[in-house]
Amino acid sequence: MARNLENKVFFGVDRLTIIIYALLVFMGWLNIYAAVYNEDHQNILDTSQKYGKQLIWIGGAAILAFSILVIDSSLYSAFAYGFYAFFIIANILVIWLGREVKGSRSWFRFGDFGIQPAEFMKFATNLALAKFLSTQQRVVNTQFRLKWKDIFKNYKGMFYAFAFILSPLVIIKVLQDETGLAIVFVAFIIVLYREGMNVGVLIFGLLAVVLFVLALIVNVTSLLIALAVIALSLFLFVPRNKRNFISVALVYVLAAGVVLGTNYVYNHLEPHQRVRIDVLLGRGEVDMKKEGYNVNQAKIAIGSGGLLGKGYLQGTQTKYDFVPEQDTDFIFCTVGEEWGFVGSTVVIFLELFLILRVIFLAERQRSNFSRIYGYGVASVLFFHLAVNIGMTIGLMPVIGIPLPFFSYGGSSLWSFTILLFIFIKLDASRLLIFR
Amino acid sequence: MNQTQLGNRKFIIGGFFCFVALVYVCRLFYLQIVDERYKMDAQNNTFRYQTQYPARGYIYDRNGKILVQNEASYDLIVIPRETKGCDTASLCDVLEISKKEYLKRIKKASQYPNSPRKQSVFEKQMSAKTAAELQEKMYRFKGFFIQKRSLRKYPKPVAAHLLGYVGEVSKEKSAKDAYYKEGDYIGISGIERSYENALRGKKGVQIALTDVHNKIVGSYMNGEYDTAAIQGKPLYCTIDVDLQEYGEKLMKGFKGAVVALEPTTGEILAMVSAPSYDPNVLVSGKQRNRAFAKMYQDSSLPLFNRALQAMYPPGSTFKLLGALIGQHEGVIHRGSVFPCAHGFPPMGGKPKCHSHAAVNLPGSVATSCNSYYSYVFREITDQKKFPRYADGYSHWRNMVMSFGPGTHLGTDLPYDKPGNVPSADYYNKVYGVNGWKSNTIVSLGIGQEALLLVPLQMANVVATIANKGFYYIPHCIKGVGKQGEVDKKFKEKHFVGVQKEEYYENVIDGMQMCFDSGTAYWERVPGIVACGKTGTAENPHGKSHAVFMAFAPRDNPKIVIACLVENAGWGSVWAAPVVSLMMEKYLTGKVTRTWEEQRIMAADLIHGKNLLSTEFH
Repeated sequence: MARNLENKVFFGVDRLTIIIYALLVFMGWLNIYAAVYNEDHQNILDTSQKYGKQLIWIGGAAILAFSILVIDSSLYSAFAYGFYAFFIIANILVIWLGREVKGSRSWFRFGDFGIQPAEFMKFATNLALAKFLSTQQRVVNTQFRLKWKDIFKNYKGMFYAFAFILSPLVIIKVLQDETGLAIVFVAFIIVLYREGMNVGVLIFGLLAVVLFVLALIVNVTSLLIALAVIALSLFLFVPRNKRNFISVALVYVLAAGVVLGTNYVYNHLEPHQRVRIDVLLGRGEVDMKKEGYNVNQAKIAIGSGGLLGKGYLQGTQTKYDFVPEQDTDFIFCTVGEEWGFVGSTVVIFLELFLILRVIFLAERQRSNFSRIYGYGVASVLFFHLAVNIGMTIGLMPVIGIPLPFFSYGGSSLWSFTILLFIFIKLDASRLLIFR
Repeated sequence: MNQTQLGNRKFIIGGFFCFVALVYVCRLFYLQIVDERYKMDAQNNTFRYQTQYPARGYIYDRNGKILVQNEASYDLIVIPRETKGCDTASLCDVLEISKKEYLKRIKKASQYPNSPRKQSVFEKQMSAKTAAELQEKMYRFKGFFIQKRSLRKYPKPVAAHLLGYVGEVSKEKSAKDAYYKEGDYIGISGIERSYENALRGKKGVQIALTDVHNKIVGSYMNGEYDTAAIQGKPLYCTIDVDLQEYGEKLMKGFKGAVVALEPTTGEILAMVSAPSYDPNVLVSGKQRNRAFAKMYQDSSLPLFNRALQAMYPPGSTFKLLGALIGQHEGVIHRGSVFPCAHGFPPMGGKPKCHSHAAVNLPGSVATSCNSYYSYVFREITDQKKFPRYADGYSHWRNMVMSFGPGTHLGTDLPYDKPGNVPSADYYNKVYGVNGWKSNTIVSLGIGQEALLLVPLQMANVVATIANKGFYYIPHCIKGVGKQGEVDKKFKEKHFVGVQKEEYYENVIDGMQMCFDSGTAYWERVPGIVACGKTGTAENPHGKSHAVFMAFAPRDNPKIVIACLVENAGWGSVWAAPVVSLMMEKYLTGKVTRTWEEQRIMAADLIHGKNLLSTEFH
């Protein structure tokens, strides 16, 4: 009987994904232990310490993962909007019912433990978006016309798709003031791209980021002149007709708008965010004892690791709390210092491998819902990986988001576990769906 | 575009992910292997910052004698997480504490707002002997070290109120002001408070390098970045410590205050508030707590600085202002005479007066005629040029306030009180808008009613009279630092409402008569022409306060003194002798009237003992 259940639960489950997941969680815990380690509290089960608490969170995550595998896979698609609505409401209610931590109310507290509903918004949004995009699709399918692009030609569909992504972003940013948790939802743009969104939107988005950065570090006037020169020189390669003139002019105006709007946006950022951008770009005078402290200390910790690192529990930077938030957002510093270049590379490749594996699994789905959901998982994980490690090595501005499966914190571990295991379950039951 | 074409996008997405990962790995290669800078930085990171506390500035009196100096004191500092392997038993032995107490303190140092990784004070202000004993065995006390600080020391136990005291900074202050950390010392009252910024000096820091086990292995960059603590600036006080000490001895048995000023500069020569205490008892921890507890309960309020904060009715001494303002307004002149029938006739003989001959202006000062100054007050405020009585009254009030009463003088000592010269609005409230006139409040003319002055203001009034029309803001510091900087507001003359020298001469004549033939006849200072005025301030709470103010010598005045003795009856009995003895001491350097001195020093009005019953049989 027990054997049967086990067989049923693990039937078709992608073991490789689960092994990488378990490996990452275990390595994460080892590094949390190192980050908070001190001689007075060596007992790994000490729940007054973060590594002790993390063990409890890991236990909870295992139970969650198991439960998800037990539950029938059709439930996730059926209740996709229900989950979404539930967590949207939870994210609004937390402002009144939550406990204030560091000035923002985004935590529900239960004794020593806290839960951040914004973390769970990720999988709920992913479910709802997958459901929405796949139902749009079905309408097209019944007419035997595989014109995927149609959703994105139809403004209403486009509007809904963006509304699903932007609503949680706005709620979490504006009401809870959690920039890091909010900005993650941008990752779903990758899903839209996979599902047929015009590549121009993505390219222009990237271009806008590049222009924003350029406008901050070089003179605005010369930048505009340079852009004009580039625009005009385009006509050396394309036919000089009216249509091309209009589209080039339009793109130029949009680009100029970004360049000219940069200062306005920059000046309306919150001071600490402005400082983080300054630190990243090396603008103005950055005081390494003050605003540049985090990033500089993070770089020192990682840089001092060398090829093989200083050895487990031997990191001086880690041990003496030079890097703030070392167990959560800056956990990668511990890896860099104690395990060196080899260890850091292993972590990056493991995370990357997990993401690529998810994409591989997503592509083999028969159901559109499962595929779209899979891409959502990959995008969210990638976004966290890129921003989190990017900020510790000085390639991204400091945004407080965790490293998936690694950082201390119950909400983030649970949310990533749910996110991933729903996909594992969908994948496991892919053969049962004939759509 | 169909599904197969879109399927190609997986390669773009996957490729993009791989590309970003590769960029990061390259960056890590650069940071961790190519660039050596961060490895250097990591070594430098393991600093330990040790604060070097500066000694506070010394305070000298006007003749260069030390009023306040410093004495070394030692604090034992602990970093709880480094105490593993500490020889607890012998540490407890040296400090004479129990093991339980030791654990309690370690726990306190480990908990918020302290932290096991941060330095906390384990034992405060140890003696040099204990510190030396600990230092010898320091290698056995892991996680502990000794920090030297300096504490205040007062060679002469005088001027406690004026000098103020130093104590631990409040949590609010240390949160607001980045200079202070919790546990730092700060001036709490007196000069220590108002000149805190000059006295405190500048903290220094010593940067030590530590290894992985947090042991100090040397100084960082051979101390290149260390900063030495800079001692606070010395202060040069205007006090004459001998006069101050003498004044405190005289006032020992009284409650009250004495303020002595140098009229030509506004410098405070002595400021006595009695009863006082030995400032040395408020210097350090346990002793301070005990002393505070005792003094808080003392009904004679030894912690209260009466010279600046106690507001008293000035009584008859206020008549000097009446005489000056009356002449200025043209309502009286030197020859003016007013009726006196053992009191003020228009009000049926109130305020009362004693028997005396008819007097002109100087005579009225010398005999202190109540009726005379009731008339003067009425004449000033009832002048025809003012349409409403309140306007006349307000004019009188402004004239009075130009001498200082009712205002903060702007002295360099904290917490001074302004006193009170009631406003017209106040009387409108009490009596209703037209419900009062000169007769209602006529006792203002003789320094009673709701009129209140602090002793410093009384002294300032006499200084203005001695200067014949102006004063300098009374202050107690005449130089900050070696260069002797002083706030330039103390160098400015403040001119009062009455300016004609003749008016002052008329009043001063009366004040001289006060010594020559009047109420202070028995307090003449041999060989010195002094001018004074007695007062008996009626006090609704008990026996009248004795007031006396004087300056000397008449030509080229060198000292001005105002003295108030609480519940002592007539001014001439207790207050005048104190003033006269202090003037003699200051001007001649010695006191010839030893019998008078002994009488005053033996008196104890605080505990109600009669002077003659004990020492003088």
